[in-house]
Amino acid sequence: MPDQDRVVFRTASVEERVDAIQAALDAKGLKASEAVDELSHKAQEEWIPRNGARIVARAWVDPEFRRRLLANGREAALEMGFPMPKHHRHLVVLENAPKIQNVICCTLCSCTAFTLIGLPPDWYKDLQYRSRVVRESRTVLKELGLDLAPDVEVRVWDTTADTRYMVLPERPANTEGMSEDELAALVTRDSLIGVARL
Amino acid sequence: MDGIHDLGGKQGYGKVRYTLNATAFHNAWEMRVNSLYAFAVRSGIFNMDEYRHAIERMEPAHYLTASYYERSLTSLATLCVEKGVLTREELESRAKGAFPLASASAAGRSNSPTRERFKPGERVRVKLDFVPGHIRLPAYVRGKVGVVVGESPAYPFPDAHAHGIHSEDEPTYDVRFQAQDLWPNGCDPALVHVGIFQSYLERAS
Repeated sequence: MPDQDRVVFRTASVEERVDAIQAALDAKGLKASEAVDELSHKAQEEWIPRNGARIVARAWVDPEFRRRLLANGREAALEMGFPMPKHHRHLVVLENAPKIQNVICCTLCSCTAFTLIGLPPDWYKDLQYRSRVVRESRTVLKELGLDLAPDVEVRVWDTTADTRYMVLPERPANTEGMSEDELAALVTRDSLIGVARL
Repeated sequence: MDGIHDLGGKQGYGKVRYTLNATAFHNAWEMRVNSLYAFAVRSGIFNMDEYRHAIERMEPAHYLTASYYERSLTSLATLCVEKGVLTREELESRAKGAFPLASASAAGRSNSPTRERFKPGERVRVKLDFVPGHIRLPAYVRGKVGVVVGESPAYPFPDAHAHGIHSEDEPTYDVRFQAQDLWPNGCDPALVHVGIFQSYLERAS
């Protein structure tokens, strides 16, 4: 039916539209509301940055695990009990060094290793970060509070395919003797994205 | 398609609205949208490439003014209507108002007939492909030369997968570019890496 034949006087609010589609799918017997409960639980309780933090802490204390993680991130994450979705077939872990800062983004949409890093924060999905971080990386990092010395090389990774990336931050100084759990507690979500150092 | 979604390197968007410990969701409906689209993918109503493409097909003015989860909702609804799962009339009657959807899809394509296998360290050029349908390639690397630093397992080819066209799965290459080669005299120095499907690449001398 051509658009001009539709007798519609106002655009429904976004909440009205969500309610409408959820109810319509339920009415088809598709059990959408059940899936909403299940998937919302996963988004809040299972897909959390704590997963990536635990992987990083393990890599800091176990050189063999670190080697496996850098060689095949997906297998190493699975080894720690963190499976990735079927369509994330590859995880590349990006090792920071004193003179190397990796940072991830998705200029086309919002792709992230969300089962390990958590669903991406609002700013990661905003037009500003997506448009600017590839072209003005150092400026953007500085605005976000990470003022890198001029001799630090910035490596930006644009998630434009189904490979996922996670930054492996450097272990902070003066953490000798800390347990793996204590170390994991130091690792922030933003350091896994690469816009912060620890 | 050279759509509004292809934001890398665009200017004028202003400062990143960064806050420490920023959250993914700000309202309950946002989490519901996120779950509903994931549910639709899991149920086989559409795939991730179709989902991305339906966001890209939104009218530019709507795309720029919609929140992230409104874009997600628009793609979900567009595809449910296009796939015949729901009708627009049903959605608008339930929502008691207009339910904006994305514009219609143009033609997709299958893999390039000339695909090469590349090894880390090899130089590659991004082909000058201008297509009306889905392509998972940021325009800022089109025609540019970079160096392969990694190869992925084979994935479904987005230009076909978003359009229900048969294709072979193919690997993607992580290609390293110098920011200066992408935006000469108009960028911060950096190495910019892009995951690029094999069909989009050719060997550079």
